Amino acid sequence: MKIKYYPGCTLKSKAKNFEDAAIASLKELDIELEEIDRWNCCGVVYSLADDDLIHMVAPVRNLIRVKEQGGDKVVILCSMCYNTLSRANLLMKEDEEKRNTINSFMDEEIDYSGEVKVLHLLTFLKEEVGWDNLREKVSNPLKGLKVAPYYGCTLQRPREVGIEPLGSFELMTEFLEALGADVVKFSAADLCCGSYQVVGNEGVVLDASAKILNIADSEKVEALATSCPLCEFNLGKRQGLLMEEKKIKKEIPTFYFTQLLAVALGIDPEVCRFDLNASASLELLKTRNYS
Amino acid sequence: MAEKSSKQAPRVATGDRAILPEGASTIPVYVMGKKYEVPESLTIMKAMEFVGFKFIRGAGCRGGICGACPTVYRKAGDYKIYFGLACQTVVEPDMFLAQIPFYPANRAKFDMETIEPTAEAIHALYPELFRCVACNSCTKACPMDVDVLGYISAMKQGNIAKAAEISFDCIQCGLCASRCMGELPQYHIGQLARRVYARYIQPKADHLRKRVEEINSGKYDKMLEDLVAMSKEELEKHYTEREREPDLASPGEWKPQDTQYL
Repeated sequence: MKIKYYPGCTLKSKAKNFEDAAIASLKELDIELEEIDRWNCCGVVYSLADDDLIHMVAPVRNLIRVKEQGGDKVVILCSMCYNTLSRANLLMKEDEEKRNTINSFMDEEIDYSGEVKVLHLLTFLKEEVGWDNLREKVSNPLKGLKVAPYYGCTLQRPREVGIEPLGSFELMTEFLEALGADVVKFSAADLCCGSYQVVGNEGVVLDASAKILNIADSEKVEALATSCPLCEFNLGKRQGLLMEEKKIKKEIPTFYFTQLLAVALGIDPEVCRFDLNASASLELLKTRNYS
Repeated sequence: MAEKSSKQAPRVATGDRAILPEGASTIPVYVMGKKYEVPESLTIMKAMEFVGFKFIRGAGCRGGICGACPTVYRKAGDYKIYFGLACQTVVEPDMFLAQIPFYPANRAKFDMETIEPTAEAIHALYPELFRCVACNSCTKACPMDVDVLGYISAMKQGNIAKAAEISFDCIQCGLCASRCMGELPQYHIGQLARRVYARYIQPKADHLRKRVEEINSGKYDKMLEDLVAMSKEELEKHYTEREREPDLASPGEWKPQDTQYL
């Protein structure tokens, strides 16, 4: 089975581990992620200004690429790309006036009115593979690993595009259970990591991330699974600094959910590029003999 | 171009300008708003020269390669802006023309010897890269049909090789930068990507390295000295009697008599 795939810029650079693990895992499940040709940046953050249509052009252009390349669905891994493309798609579907303005501005492209279905990989796995099917393919179950699903903000907000309702974490929970992990009910699963504030307001982000990691520690979480490169940066790569500043007591390894999938499917850990994770992540896998 | 003469004959250039042969067809064009009749087969550059403009800047090779004469025009009754090279684009009736001799775009300073061959290094030199909103005005403006948004996107993705490949046909005319709402100097970014790619990323040709080493070792010095020392007659004789690979020789099969330099 082939499915159109939109990677996003970060998955091609800083979060190569996120992408490589996904491609290898899906291959194992007989699914080929077909990267769309000529994609551009998703726009990163969905503009909330009512008349700021120029910032819809980037996400809509990607959806047009999917349509013109014969796709009716597109799978996305990165939470932020998922969010911008889903919301732009909704706008094109529901707001006729803005749709006409955007289509008329992009007169070198085919017209678009929300025909493509935007799917997060977790949704796709549930709908197209199924948890039972996935469970059968797991050769290296993550038995005894206490993992918490971490959703952050953009997988569930706003509710119109959420992969599931706010406050519910079933998708990733069921996914991690299928991989054989002990899923921890995590009360900070949708707290904000601080997001882009890291650029200009570092202190706020350190506090926000420390809060999440301290809750994880108190709830006996051994590892966090995430779908967002920015959450992974704030919560994972910055843990050394958080330790130094004594904002957290213990490092909690962070993983992209696709990396845990790859490990459970018995894929060579080299493929997962754990060198791009914080060092604690790889150590955890090694000490538990998962890789 | 007096208005009263228009009834007898088309208003064409006269006097010290080119004179049209009898019966030549002309078409009307507008240069900076003023109407002129020009021969129908001229390029925009020739047409403007025909009506009396002289290019001392913004004209280069006149062969469609150097990128010095990018031009912008419109057509009557059409909202689109059109782009081309003035030396290549043939005039059409009721074209609205003007030449832009130069469009400012800043080029970042870098040292090719010390630059890190990473996307981050290019991002640091051109942080405005991230102002791109994918409006695609750059691609629409390109007279070489380069997918400008494509190579800018590749650079944002950190893919120098892809950016170098997509921007390969760029002739640095700058029309992309003139249209950019993010104020990017796209063509300078593409050029840097190609330079970094060529210097650090592209696989090196081993035979070229060997040949350069041979040249530096002096292997061909004598050959060159002999040539330099020859008289004109000797040189001519040497040239006409030179060994030459037959035009239809199969690749790799032919060998010269003198193999001392192989």
